[in-house]
Amino acid sequence: MLLIDCPYCGVRPELEFVYGGQAHIARPSNPAECSDEQWVEFLYWRDNSKGVHAERWRHTHGCGRFFNALRDTRSDDFLTTYRVGEPPPAAALERARGERR
Amino acid sequence: MQRFSGFSLLRRGLSGHLGWQPQWRRAEPKPAYDAVIVGGGGHGLGAAYYLAKEHRLKNVAVLEKSWIGGGNTGRNTTIIRSNYLRDESAALYDHALKLWESLSQVLNYNVMFSQRGVMMLAHTTHDAQVFKRHVHANRANGVDNEWLTPEEARAICPLLQTEGIRYPVLGAAFQRRGGTARHDAVAWGYARAADALGVDIIENCEVTGIRRNGAGAVEAVETTRGLIKAPKIGVSAAGHSSVILKMAGVRLPLESYPLQALVSEPVKPIFPCVVMSNTIHAYISQSDKGELVIGAGTDAYTSYTQRGALHIPSHALEAICELFPMFRRMRMLRNWGGIVDVSPDRSPIVGKTPVPGLYVNCGWGTGGFKATPGSAHLFAWTIARDEPHPINAPFTLERFREGRLIDEAAAAAVAH
Repeated sequence: MLLIDCPYCGVRPELEFVYGGQAHIARPSNPAECSDEQWVEFLYWRDNSKGVHAERWRHTHGCGRFFNALRDTRSDDFLTTYRVGEPPPAAALERARGERR
Repeated sequence: MQRFSGFSLLRRGLSGHLGWQPQWRRAEPKPAYDAVIVGGGGHGLGAAYYLAKEHRLKNVAVLEKSWIGGGNTGRNTTIIRSNYLRDESAALYDHALKLWESLSQVLNYNVMFSQRGVMMLAHTTHDAQVFKRHVHANRANGVDNEWLTPEEARAICPLLQTEGIRYPVLGAAFQRRGGTARHDAVAWGYARAADALGVDIIENCEVTGIRRNGAGAVEAVETTRGLIKAPKIGVSAAGHSSVILKMAGVRLPLESYPLQALVSEPVKPIFPCVVMSNTIHAYISQSDKGELVIGAGTDAYTSYTQRGALHIPSHALEAICELFPMFRRMRMLRNWGGIVDVSPDRSPIVGKTPVPGLYVNCGWGTGGFKATPGSAHLFAWTIARDEPHPINAPFTLERFREGRLIDEAAAAAVAH
């Protein structure tokens, strides 16, 4: 079971959380003007990264809030977690790139 | 190829089982092939076999990054059924089931296909309504499926506890033509038959890149064992499909999750069929070796680790112990995970890609084993003719853009 560091509550077991899929996918502000390509990109196309993956979690059985995480899908190691609205921390991404080299 | 028969088994048995030959060659990669299949699971090996057998494409290679049948082919719970709701799916999975019925004879290799029946339990009024709808839809499509009362279900599977549990069994849908097969034998049988037709099976050969020519069409794959040219590349890489297709600049609507399964210590024959439950989420059968083979669910998060958390199989075991109280004293032997490529509508993608010469067979998610012969057969057709067979024509990548989803989320064995 994963241990997940909620940015609001601290480290808790995975059972308290619900997975929310790939992070940073913005809903088009005016769907009626989307082309089919833009709409399918938003709805269905996913990175499915093998490596560092930015993803959403929700601390359902805790504070109830959404937050984002960077996790390596090859090892399930969490690099960091951060609040909604923040960009992925550059330092963690840089560290991950360094490790891969 | 050494042919197997009762006589040859007896003769070798009496002479100490000496003189058996390797089942396939340990092929070295050639510089170029007519077609290359990426992924040496049942689907990929089968596609290579049908390319050579039915489409006379003899210069074919299967590239496998580790050993053949070591991915999801060797990690599933071997359940075979075709009782899917939608017309397109019923045609697809029943095509596979019909091929299963003659596969051992066709390959001259015993895949131990056993039509012991697959029972899907209904625990709520809603379950019962949905499964009855399935039964009627299946019958309209010529797929056998029948509704059982709890008494009838118990008559088939006497161990089943239908009353006095948190979610009593209200009935079940039962497909008698469904059952199980020996998963490794499927990979080995296809490998042996394909090899006999000249297909090169190249293990420990990981694809690291896909090269395209000026017109955008594929021309070669870069691998850990060198560059291999091929005008046609079929990707049959299950959980790694997104990774491979990204090398050619193709995005997929897939997410890869760990799916766990486990087996018990082996016991004498006790379990006559396959039982699965969507609602309390478990599936179980008994292998011919005697182990209870138990399927758990997917972990919540995407991952490529081929392992998952213990609370997932624990949950499945709680359901098993509720339905079959006598198994509470069984000991579990091993558990493992496989990486399954789940599509948004829980239906596979079998067909062409936007890149000329590049074909994809993916998105089988949690239930690809049952489709192995059908999927392989249709994928070979698609690669050889550069157009889909009528059965896999609806299972395109474009369906997501066009909104023609084939929604089987409810029909899948697990409540995703």
